[in-house]
Amino acid sequence: MQRVGVFVCWCGSNIAGTVDVQAVSDALANEPGVVFSTNYQYMCSQAGQDMIIDAVKEHNLTGIVVCSCSPRMHEATFRKTAAAAGLNPYMVEIANIREQCSWVHKDMATGTEKAIILGKAAIAKVNLNAPLTPGQSPVTKRALVIGGGIAGIQTALDIADAGFPVDIVEKNPTIGGKMAQLDKTFPTLDCAACILTPKMVDVAQNENIRIFSYSEVSEIKGFVGNFDVTIKKNARYVKEDICTGCGACVDKCPMKKVPNEFNLGMDNRSAIYIPFAQAVPKVATIDPNSCNMLKNGKCGLCARVCTAGAIDYTQKDEFINEKYGAIVVATGFNPISMDKFDEFAYNRSKDVITSLEFERLTNAAGPTAGHLERPSDGKSPKTIVFVQCVGSRCDACAQKGKEYCSKICCMYTAKHAMLTRDKYPDTEVYVFYIDVRTPGKNFDEFYRRAVEEYGVKYIKGMVGKVTPEGDKLKVQASDLIENKQLHIDADLVVLAAAIEPDKSARPLATMLTASMDTNDFFTEAHPKLRPVESPTAGVFLSGACQGPKDIPETVSQASAAASKVIGLLVKDKLTGNPCVAHSNELMCNGCSSCERVCPYGAITYEDKEFRMPDRTTKTRRIAVVNPAVCQGCGACTVACPSGAMDLNGFTSKQIMAEVDAICR
Amino acid sequence: MNNPYLQEELLKMSGVNPKKCMKCGKCSATCPAYDEMEYHPHQFVSMVNSGDIEPLMKSQSLYKCLSCFACIERCPRGVEPAKLVEAVRLAVIKKQGQNHLKADAVPTMLDEDTPQQLLVSAFRKYSK
Amino acid sequence: MSMSEYKPLIVAFCCNWCSYAGADLAGNNRLCYPADVKIIRVPCSCRVNPMFILRAFQRGADGVIICGCHPGDCHYTSGNYYTRRRMATLFSMLDYLGIEKERTRVEWVSAAEGAKFAATMNDFVETVAALGENKRLEDLRCKK
Repeated sequence: MQRVGVFVCWCGSNIAGTVDVQAVSDALANEPGVVFSTNYQYMCSQAGQDMIIDAVKEHNLTGIVVCSCSPRMHEATFRKTAAAAGLNPYMVEIANIREQCSWVHKDMATGTEKAIILGKAAIAKVNLNAPLTPGQSPVTKRALVIGGGIAGIQTALDIADAGFPVDIVEKNPTIGGKMAQLDKTFPTLDCAACILTPKMVDVAQNENIRIFSYSEVSEIKGFVGNFDVTIKKNARYVKEDICTGCGACVDKCPMKKVPNEFNLGMDNRSAIYIPFAQAVPKVATIDPNSCNMLKNGKCGLCARVCTAGAIDYTQKDEFINEKYGAIVVATGFNPISMDKFDEFAYNRSKDVITSLEFERLTNAAGPTAGHLERPSDGKSPKTIVFVQCVGSRCDACAQKGKEYCSKICCMYTAKHAMLTRDKYPDTEVYVFYIDVRTPGKNFDEFYRRAVEEYGVKYIKGMVGKVTPEGDKLKVQASDLIENKQLHIDADLVVLAAAIEPDKSARPLATMLTASMDTNDFFTEAHPKLRPVESPTAGVFLSGACQGPKDIPETVSQASAAASKVIGLLVKDKLTGNPCVAHSNELMCNGCSSCERVCPYGAITYEDKEFRMPDRTTKTRRIAVVNPAVCQGCGACTVACPSGAMDLNGFTSKQIMAEVDAICR
Repeated sequence: MNNPYLQEELLKMSGVNPKKCMKCGKCSATCPAYDEMEYHPHQFVSMVNSGDIEPLMKSQSLYKCLSCFACIERCPRGVEPAKLVEAVRLAVIKKQGQNHLKADAVPTMLDEDTPQQLLVSAFRKYSK
Repeated sequence: MSMSEYKPLIVAFCCNWCSYAGADLAGNNRLCYPADVKIIRVPCSCRVNPMFILRAFQRGADGVIICGCHPGDCHYTSGNYYTRRRMATLFSMLDYLGIEKERTRVEWVSAAEGAKFAATMNDFVETVAALGENKRLEDLRCKK
């Protein structure tokens, strides 16, 4: 039996005005377990707290009930008081007789009656309280960043700057991501490569950063502070540490007809390749699907021309095991496939392209060396039609596109249109829009400049169909303002395709037990207040894997994620919340019901030997809660059919006792 | 002129929710009969939504719609404007009352401007 | 006891992050509701075991209300979805047992909705009071 002390607070007249505090403390003195009961003007004041400490010592109290304001206000205060008195801080319960009693009831008699009942419930609960000690777990001081685009690069740089080692895992042969493919960036029009490539070099030179390019994460175990990750380094058939990136092999490779992914298939590369001149790491990679040597053993030219001797046709995939304290997801986005949008003739005409392809067409390092030429015949287009919202903002039932706004298309289309008019003033440029969305610093000014200074023809309406006819594209569209149907003979049609999370995100989320929304974007721990953390402890989100974002937003989220990671890694030990679930191994039957409802993946199963009454041993599968991962929601306690699962601080017995006390 | 009863009737008949429309105009962009029509597909959606139905019922546009369903196919929001046009057509027919279509009356009605689809659907719905 | 004096006994389970804070806000704004409502704090509405509700009715409660964060706003991501599904099942079973549907309720109250909390409680108490005392599940051995 506990020895409970009851302390009723007046809160000046806040409580005492509607509740007869003397009557409350008198009534509660007769409750089971109560050995001391008093009331005082301000329980939270130093004098009030001293009163509690003295009473604990004088009456050998083992539990404390404070009838006062909301526990959200002063629970922490009174827990500290209990600790100062030598009690376990979790032996304190608060009866909320201010916010939920004296302030909402006018009548003294009913207020007092309710305060007594709330006090009784708190006493019933504290009688069943058990001392709780928060668990501690060590922190591995190394971070993993998955994805090497601008988001991953920024996060890695920031973490490395704080002095912690970081590994970047990138599935492509080079880091840089989508930003490396861009020409200029809105709204300042500085060139993407000029601002990105120095950062890529920083990453390569930073001694705290290791890059695993052409690699992927194949397994993740463990939990916050202690992730155990297996990285699969795909065989690139070139020794990374020896290759100098001279490019002799690329020149000599006879297999030159491989569609170049970096230019979205608009030109060709060789079977051994370096994606682009500023690639990091600048190391050649052999594409095993097109290399003759790897396919049928006939060639070997690259090995002969490589003076460094870096080519190794026998290289195998390599698996690397490493421990991490935190994981940052920065898997980014891709434009959606245009297959379902037959009306725009994307698959029928080479001159219907996506905006990312347009980006490569205008990039000085692109397939046309920056000259705007039609992919079909290399002529310079005289009439260009841009179509916005292709696949964005679609109805879910239509099942063609995405329900969300892709956010970046309005601005990049304005940029494309403006740059086209700037470089080729004799080109007619139409932009068909539904709404022009420009929320951002200097964004609307930028869009207005495209219209007012550069004469881009913005038309409120949508393109209904594109029909290739001869060397023209017949564009049929509506102009809603003039209530007309337009027929434009275009040379080039550019589609602002919706963006979607990278395909690698879904399997990664499963490995991380991180939650995703229906669109496969990672969900944040709180949409407003914890936007860069995943609900899964130790997993952080950076960039477009969380939702469509432009570069400035991506970079700020990347830095925010880095600061959260640093905040985690500076700790030597993680102190948990002791109010976590635990499983009674004698009652658990290993059914996995709890595991399925746990949003954090905190529950695992292990086989444990039990001694049977007949002195034999038997192995049973039982649930084990990892207290470092459990957040204490209690979903598992209700799902458990055998009643083995319970929640510290809110045990079923405690809540039942409260129910009983209230209904008594 | 607003007619909430008629509006409700139309929405029920067609199963269309015009509030889903985001006013992109793709239905009108895609419409092959656009130039023939006084009110265009996007206007049908918008005017039914605002209850401004009388002008639609009086308009020849009703019979210019080919029921090719291109607007239904291409609408990104799944609004289905052609079904709304059809519903307004039916509302006109209903209002006239007691004029079940008989097969021998058809030849007198045939002219270049009447879409075949209209006759077929009229038979389907009103010859019982 | 005559009907005019009849005071229903209402047990309210409130999740710590939204509804309990909403109740506190109702207090801060002095928005009155009947004292018949007694709140039990739980970390998340999904902590509410159907057993607790049965126990409350067994011990003579006249109504039980569970308040949680709005769907999609759960502090623990998905807890309130579990609540919604579990309680739908439980309440239909209680209905079958003769506990009127009006005596049980799940409400979403955010930390900013003090007014909604008070209004919900006023409405719920009024509804339950109109139904009168609940005797269907009451275990008379529990009464003193």
